[in-house]
This record gives sequence, C-alpha cells and structure tokens, in this order.
Amino acid sequence: MAAIPRHDQQDQPDQTLGGHDRPDPVGPLPTGGPHSVGRRRFLGYVLGGATLMAAADLGMLAEPAAAAVPTLPQPAELYDLNDALTDSCRPTANLITVTVNEDGTASFALPRSENGQGVTTSTAMIIAEELDLPLSKVEVTLAPARPELLLNQLTGASNTTISTYTPIRVAAAIAKMALLEAAAIQLGDTVELLKSKDGVITAPDGSSVTYGELATKAASLVDREVEVELKSTDEFTVVGTPRNRVDALAAVTGAKEFATDLDVPGALPTMLCRPPTLNGTPKRVLNQQQVEGMPGVRNVALVDTGVAVRALTFGQCIDAVRALDVEWNDGPVAGMDDEDILANLRKAEVPLPSLGLNPLAKTIEADFAFYFRSNSPMDTNSAVADVRSDRATVWAGLKSPIVAQQRIAEALGMAEGQVTVNVVQGGGSFGRRLFFDGALEAAKVSQAMGEPVKLMWHRADDARAGRTHPMCTSRIRATYLAGQVLSFQQSHTSVETDYRHGLGEVLTARAADLPAGLGNQGFAQTVFGLTQEIPYDFGVVTQTLVEADERFNTGSMRNIYSPDVRVAAELVIDQLAAAMRKDPYRFRQEFIRNERVRAVLDKVATVGNWGRSMPAGTAQGIAIHKEYKGASACLVELDARPGTVDRDIRDAVTGPRVTKVVFAIDVGLAINPRGLEAQMQGGINDGIALALTSSLHLRDGHFLEGSWDNYFYTRQWNTPPEVEVIVMPSESGQPGGAGEAGVAAANAAVACAFARATRTNPTYFPINHKDPLAFTPKPFSPPIPQSPVNGLRFTY
Amino acid sequence: MPRQTFKLNGQTVTVDVPDNVRLLWVLRDLLGVKGPKYGCGINVCKACTSHINGKAFNPCAVPVGEIGRGDEITTIEGLPDTLPAKKRGPNGLHPMQEAWLDRDVAQCGYCQPGQIMAAVALVRKVRREGRALSASDLDTIRNICRCGTYTRIREAIAEGSRTM
Repeated sequence: MAAIPRHDQQDQPDQTLGGHDRPDPVGPLPTGGPHSVGRRRFLGYVLGGATLMAAADLGMLAEPAAAAVPTLPQPAELYDLNDALTDSCRPTANLITVTVNEDGTASFALPRSENGQGVTTSTAMIIAEELDLPLSKVEVTLAPARPELLLNQLTGASNTTISTYTPIRVAAAIAKMALLEAAAIQLGDTVELLKSKDGVITAPDGSSVTYGELATKAASLVDREVEVELKSTDEFTVVGTPRNRVDALAAVTGAKEFATDLDVPGALPTMLCRPPTLNGTPKRVLNQQQVEGMPGVRNVALVDTGVAVRALTFGQCIDAVRALDVEWNDGPVAGMDDEDILANLRKAEVPLPSLGLNPLAKTIEADFAFYFRSNSPMDTNSAVADVRSDRATVWAGLKSPIVAQQRIAEALGMAEGQVTVNVVQGGGSFGRRLFFDGALEAAKVSQAMGEPVKLMWHRADDARAGRTHPMCTSRIRATYLAGQVLSFQQSHTSVETDYRHGLGEVLTARAADLPAGLGNQGFAQTVFGLTQEIPYDFGVVTQTLVEADERFNTGSMRNIYSPDVRVAAELVIDQLAAAMRKDPYRFRQEFIRNERVRAVLDKVATVGNWGRSMPAGTAQGIAIHKEYKGASACLVELDARPGTVDRDIRDAVTGPRVTKVVFAIDVGLAINPRGLEAQMQGGINDGIALALTSSLHLRDGHFLEGSWDNYFYTRQWNTPPEVEVIVMPSESGQPGGAGEAGVAAANAAVACAFARATRTNPTYFPINHKDPLAFTPKPFSPPIPQSPVNGLRFTY
Repeated sequence: MPRQTFKLNGQTVTVDVPDNVRLLWVLRDLLGVKGPKYGCGINVCKACTSHINGKAFNPCAVPVGEIGRGDEITTIEGLPDTLPAKKRGPNGLHPMQEAWLDRDVAQCGYCQPGQIMAAVALVRKVRREGRALSASDLDTIRNICRCGTYTRIREAIAEGSRTM
C-alpha cells in the first residue's frame, strides 16, 4: 500500500517521544462525547490509486476519552488503560485504509495480531457492515511492522476493537460512498436513489452494477478529502449478530499457517540448547565438531541465549541439542526456590496505611500469595528468520512488531529499514506474544549461521524459560461498622511485570495527560492504576502496587493483574458478608455502585439459581469484575468431595471440579456475540486453572514444569460440563474489550466456591501449589526430553 | 539412507530418512504435511493426533522405521477422503469437521486438527464398544487446548457423533 500524505503527519514524533513533546491531536469536536452514539459524520479520504482505496483520518476523529467529571476518585473508572492506548493511537491510526478490488472483494491489512481472539473476524464484520458486502468477500490480513504507524500497532489490553472500530468504519463507509458515486454515473441515477446490498448497487429501474465492476471506476487519480456519514446502529445487519470465524475452515482442514508452517527457502528446522538454570548463559561448546557430524545436522552456533543447531528435521535438532556438551554460566536465581522469592516479596511489602477511622469499627485482614504461572501457548515461541549481510526478514506471531523490528535491527547492527518484520497468525498468545523472544533469537541465530532458520522452542524451553505471570502477594484490610463498609485497602506486591515490549512507550506518549498524577508513576503503576477498580461503595478504597525483583522472564499474562486482584478482593468480600451475616450475592448487590455491574451480577444469580441447596462438599461461588469498558459476573458450582478430587486419571491433577458456570458479560456493543462468547468460555477455563491446578514451581534456580504433563492447565476432565455465557444487551454504540474479560471474575468465583465448599480460607493460589508434586520433573541437562518411541502402543 | 515407504492420505509416499526420526518430522519437515502440529514432542499434548489404519495415534512418538509399507497414515488433510463424497458435509468435509464449523469451535486453531482426529477416533471407539457417547467419554480426551475451547469441543463431538 502506498504511503499516504497526511497533513497531520508532518511532524511525526520519533519512538522515544514523550507525550508532552507531541502536538496534541485535534481537540474536542463540537458534537459528541466520549461515548457518543449519535455522532456519525466524519472526514476521510478517497486515495489516489489504480483501484478504490479509502482511508479514515483519525486526526479528525479524535475525541478526548475522559470528559465527564468523576464522582469518585478511582482512576480506572474515568480513564482506563484502554483510553490511554486509544488516545496514544490517535495521531497515526489515520493510516487505516480499505481497498476494493476488481474481483468484488474488499481487503484490509489489520495493524494488529490475531492469536485466536477473533479480531480478523470482528474486523471483517465491521467492514462488511459499513460497505454492504457479504462477510465472505472481505479479506483481512495482518499488516507487517509498519514504522509509519508509530505506536499504533500494539495488540494488548483487549484494545484492538476499541481503538480501531471507528476508523475502520469510516474507511469502509468512504469506500461505499465512492462506489455509489461511480455507480450513479454508470447507471445514470442519483446517489440518493441507489441501493447497495451484498456488493451490488441497484437503481430504481432495476439496473445494477457490482462493486467489482466499479472498483477501478471509483478509483481516484489524486487524494481527495470527503465527508461521510456512518450507518446508525439500528441499520446494522452484520455487526452485533453472531458470526463464525473467518478462518474456521482453514483451522479445521489443517490449512491455517503458523510460523513453523511457513516454507521459506533454506529455512531449516532450528532449536536451541538452553542453560540448566533460568537465564544462564553459554560459555563454550565442548563438542561442536562431533555434533556437526550428526545425521541431518547442518550448523551449530553459539548465541547469547544458548547453542543453536540447524538440521533437516526438528527430530534431528532434538538429538543434537541433547548431544551438545556446553559449559554454562549460572543464571541470576541459581539455587533459589519459590519460597525464597516469596520471602523477598514479603520484605518489599509496604504496610497498609492507617486510616484513623472509627475505633469501634471491626477489621478483616487477609493475605494471599499467588505463585508463578505460565502463559505458554500451544504454538511455542517460534519464528522464521532470513538474515543476509545487507537485510533481514523475519516472520513471527507478534503483538508489538514495530518494537520487534527496532530491537532486531539493533541486535543485527542494521538500520531499521533493512529489517522487514512480517506478522504471522499466532497459535495462542495470552500475553506471550507481546514479546518477541523467538523472533529476536531467530534473527541472531540466522546471522550467526549465515543461513535462514525456522526456529522453534521446544515445549520444555517454552515452559521453563518462557515468559511467566509474576509471583505476587495481595494484602487486604477492610473495616466495617453498623452495616457499612468503611474502608477497603488492597496492596499488591509483585515480581516485576516486564513491559519493555513497548506498552511502556505507548503509555509514555500519554503520560503527561494522565489524570490523578499518574503521569509521574512508572508503567506498572500506570497499568495497575488504569485497570484496577473496586466497584463497591466501600468508603475509603485504595489499591496500590509495589513491584520488586526483576530477575524473571515475565509479561502481561491474559488479564494482567486482575485475576489475582479480584480473587483476593472477592474472597474478602465473602468474608465481609459472612461477618455482617449477609448472603454473598445480596451483600454484593447492596454495595455495588455501578449499574452495569449490578445488572450482570443479578443476571448470573437468577440464571444460575443462586442459593439453591447443594450437598456438603459442593458450593456455589459468585464474583464480579469491571475492566476494559466492560462488566462481568460469574457464578460457579464446584464439587470438592473426595470422590471427585481423587479421581484417578493418568498424569493429571483432577482436584475439585467446577461443574457449572454461568457467566454474564457486558462489553457495550458486542461486534460478534459468538466470538465474545468463545472468549468468555476460554477465559473461564483460564480462571479455573489459575485457581485450582496450574502453577510453576521454582526449585534450585529453575522451573520444574517442562511440559503439559507437568503444568496442569485445565483439561477435559477439569472443564465444567455445563457452561452458559450471557452476552448482555447494551445501549452503547461503542465496543469494549473481549480477549481478557473472562478470566478475572471466573477465577474469583472459583476461589469463592472452593472456600465455601471446603469451609476454608485459602491463602495461596493455585490451591494445589504446595501439594506433593503430581509429576516427576524432567532432567535439566540435557535441557529437552527425547521423544518416546512407543506411540503405537497407545492407538485407539 | 533407508527409504521409507507408506501410504499417506491415500497415496503411497517414499522418503529417504533414518529409521529413528519420528514420523511427525517426516510428515512436517520432509513431506510438507503441516496439519499435525507440534505441541510437546513427548506424546502428552496430542496436537499431532493423526490416524494409523483408522485409529488415533501420535506421530511425535513413533519412529518412521516402525511404519510399514502397508500402513495407512491419515492426517487432517486426508480425513474427508476417508468417506465417500455423499457422506461428506456441505463444505465437502468429514461430518466431524462440519460439526466443528457449525459450532465455531476453533479459536487460535493450533490444536484443532489434532482435536478433530481424536474426536473421530473416540466416536468410532465408542461405537465399536456398542455404547452411546457419554460425558465421561469426553472427559477422557487428553488433547490440550490452551485457548480453552473445551465447551464447544464437547458440543461439536456430540453433534459429530450424531452425523458421522
């Protein structure tokens, strides 16, 4: 796509720019508020080109996200993380263009990453809607790293649809307008009398012309600015209706391509031999020649993270990695265990400030620990890299491709322009692909070997050396008196969450504009402050974050802080309810101060038959969450009876079983309710794993878990047989985030149900973390296990 | 180097590769059949589930030398052709794949070829045993899905077991 001249692009800020250096985007327009449904007229462009290309000018769309005067002080309520991300995107998002092709299709390169969350489908729906084209005729691909987009290419915080919804609509609407104008000439009628439907424009006399026939006729020689009116939401026939994924057919036939499925000439299978302690480094290889002579092996090279081997098959890579004899330097946590790290966190905790409240008030204090968890997706850190002397090309599933491009160029000693970074569909992310560990490593290995490589992390590498959700503690002190909660203080202390993938840069861009003095805080503080909220009338409410210990590979695992924060808060809310002799649901209902949260809570309580009588050892749990412009509530039923907990399944943690889940979600406008439901179902399974079964154990400087038979993510024998997701109707014309919204309330509801079923107050999560290990750890040297040879004994 | 010959998705294939290389890599790296996915390499995640002579197995745990000339390997790519055209669905696919589309099961899609191959084998096994598919049968499926699509997998298998 050609570069597009833009009047507001003249002073493109550079990547290190802080918000205060950047010219403010166009100020508030005379009409519309931050969530205006009524505002539908926008400016945009028909771009000069051979076929019809239309673009939205987001500079002209800009509206400040926070307009209303807040009535209560919690920052996330008036200006959340998504507002920060959306605002930081504004000056560059106008490069969003929709093209209409001669075959009657429309195409759009989405500057975001698809990892299963469904954004290619919802984006295609938005275009199909505004363009009056069948969904099957809209092709959405993933844009490569486009530095001209500056910061607007980050896929995170469930922000994709929130920030791209309007600009994509505007571009599509402009394309349709240009088609109608061209059709008016062709059909000899006026635009107003023409009707567009399913890619065909029809005149009152019945004559018609297809978009394909108009694609070149509607093209413009030069860029021209136009004004367009978007459809009103009552006219929607695609957006808001349940649709299947656009990539479903490819997924069920095996045709969907991930990084390791790409055929790049010469890019042979490549793997690394990694150090036995976390983040150790290689000193030297003692048997390089011997390994180079092994069957199929082509190259062996030392890089900063380990020793790479390139071979004809990955099987031969595994053999070679296992044969390598390497001297290592220890990593920074060598010799340390979970409890050492937890003790460090305890030292970093700051006392909850005394509020000097009524001395007659009663206090509930609680303290929770949350162990390391893995966000390893099915598709491990993998990437293809072809590094030549004067240029490099990389293919990977990347949520921050521009930052990846910069860092890779830096590592290779090249200029950014010499590095092309292509975004491939990722096989899951859960926050993992905010980083580009595999892509960076692949580039280094390709450079060291002088050959193209298809790098794949072994599962054991991905589990042990990949990114994790940091260990943290959450302390709460709540006071109550005479039927009122006077205060609710929560202090979260965490191993550092790494934001060096560029989220920090995005936030920096707006830092000076953040309300409530957040601009002076660090990125973690900012993210925490912009995502966390206690939507209850609990008097004095404070939530604070302390981060300590930066020796681990961490990242923003799906829903970042919220699952842990909600578990701690909702458990204490159950304790408050019990202390005040109230039913957990009624108590929440009484104190909730947000109508949308109240509505989802009431919905799950009614649909889930809250309070029904259940046998001893089983219980219901109920919890809420508010974040990403959405409100959610979850009701679960959990069975912790011995017959269930002690089920005998090979290589499994059976544990208590969640037998039923009712989940209600209000995201505002649900672009694709069917996709939203799927995201909630997935989030529920994440929440169950976080509460009951899945964690990493640090022992002697390394994580023990080396594969899916060690790390117990939810499996079929754990998943609830009954799941009902309710997508709430909404008056809002604006979409909210979907990718993460299912995790927090589900995690908290499971924790509450477990506490009620077992009549205990759990103080750490997952609840099985301190049980005897349910597996025998695989060796650390060699670092990856050999594949078995007995597969034919297990056919069925 | 040994020449390995077997039937793959209805065609006889021959490839030069040592006996001990696991079939998954022969399929993916040498024959370019990418439907079976790598998820662990130790037969626990089941992302590579395919069929040998109509039964589910995991090629990551089978040396290619153990595959005989007469063995028929079916991957997701060859699943539709295991049925006559009239038994395939509106998209020309195996009824289990059609059920997967109908229920919009896939999220990222990475594990789904293996899930479908496992589902087909499970339904056949239950039929061989002369039983109706139960929730306990679904609980035995070991294929992992990190997107957590289990709810729709269960719905799709129930549907696919009715239509296949």
